[in-house]
Amino acid sequence: MIEPVSTILLCVGGFFYFAGTLGLLRFPDVYNRLHALAKADNLGLGCILLGLAIQEQTLAEALKLLLIWPLALAASASVSYAIARRADVLGIKPWRDGGGE
Amino acid sequence: MSLEMAFDLFLAASLLWSGWRALSAPDLDCALTLFITFGLLMVLAWARLTAPDIALAEAAIGAGLTGALLLDAYGVLRAGKVGGQAGKFTRLTVVLAAVSLVLILIPALADLAPPALDMRPLVEANLQDSGVTHPVTAVLLNYRGYDTLLEVGVLLLALVALLAARGTESGMVSVPRPSPDPLLAMLGRVAVPVMVVVAVYLLWAGAFRPGGAFQAAAVLAAAAVLLHLTGLRPGWRQPGAGLRWGLAGGFFLFLGVGVILLLVEGELLRFPPDYAGLLILLVESGLTLSLGLILAGLFLFLSHDNRGA
Repeated sequence: MIEPVSTILLCVGGFFYFAGTLGLLRFPDVYNRLHALAKADNLGLGCILLGLAIQEQTLAEALKLLLIWPLALAASASVSYAIARRADVLGIKPWRDGGGE
Repeated sequence: MSLEMAFDLFLAASLLWSGWRALSAPDLDCALTLFITFGLLMVLAWARLTAPDIALAEAAIGAGLTGALLLDAYGVLRAGKVGGQAGKFTRLTVVLAAVSLVLILIPALADLAPPALDMRPLVEANLQDSGVTHPVTAVLLNYRGYDTLLEVGVLLLALVALLAARGTESGMVSVPRPSPDPLLAMLGRVAVPVMVVVAVYLLWAGAFRPGGAFQAAAVLAAAAVLLHLTGLRPGWRQPGAGLRWGLAGGFFLFLGVGVILLLVEGELLRFPPDYAGLLILLVESGLTLSLGLILAGLFLFLSHDNRGA
């Protein structure tokens, strides 16, 4: 039972990472890219950590893995915010559909 | 080809690629980001080589602290418009020198004689007398504690040189910092206590698994840098008496233990097996605090609040 659930979680996590990377490469401006990275990668990381944690033998090991998630969430949210604020200070205008490059 | 082999090859290719891109990047901004990426890939490489001690140190010092220092230096360069592109002749000379060095090093590497002495059995055989059960810590603090003592001295000297070269900065006016950004300050408040706990854990874990004073110190230093960057604490100006003792204390503690052992045991840093564990923990605790302050000082003494963000 644990094996297939873990596999599904890992695959879902991998898919979110793929989607986030696709967004990083294809989205038009820095704000959109941050959005794609922060949202998709955080969800991907959560799925992968959960998938790995349920395979662990001991509860302590599983909790250690799961502890990575809130730390990464806090770091990624703050860093995304710092980058976006810096971009705003530098005068980078958010992209609008139809507004051209 | 196995999956692991494929991953290793991919990792090696990524290392070469990011290294090359860091060197050939059009602007410093891009080059620095790629250099930090290179450091993180290097961490993976060390982890794949089952050298978690080096991976930890590389992550904290190589990618983290060095990256922050380089970015900080780049900020100063950009603000002051110092330096500039090197001339064609200079660049050609540097490239020629680097290529010749590589050409000399490759045959030298292929020609390496097998080590005359395999130290691993000796390390393993004497592990129970070393006071710790992790061979890397045993080597660093006990078997060749002399080397580590000198390494700490070198780091301390580097910071003293930095303080001397920086000058007294009498012209620098202390400007009150802008109030910290609430979101970043929040990150600092959440992350720093966790980092302190991680540092203590690494220090304690060093006795029986990867970890130890250097890694713990790097995490402490990173916490101090984070406190500064999130706007919670100002940069350091002149070291007061307390900070001076903190910076030098680890080295003097190590030296003091060495001298006492010289008087009692008749040899510098020969730990008596009964007290080795306790003495190593004492030395490592001192080193963690001092090295953390030294590594943080490399960043914080150079950071000027009045430079403008």
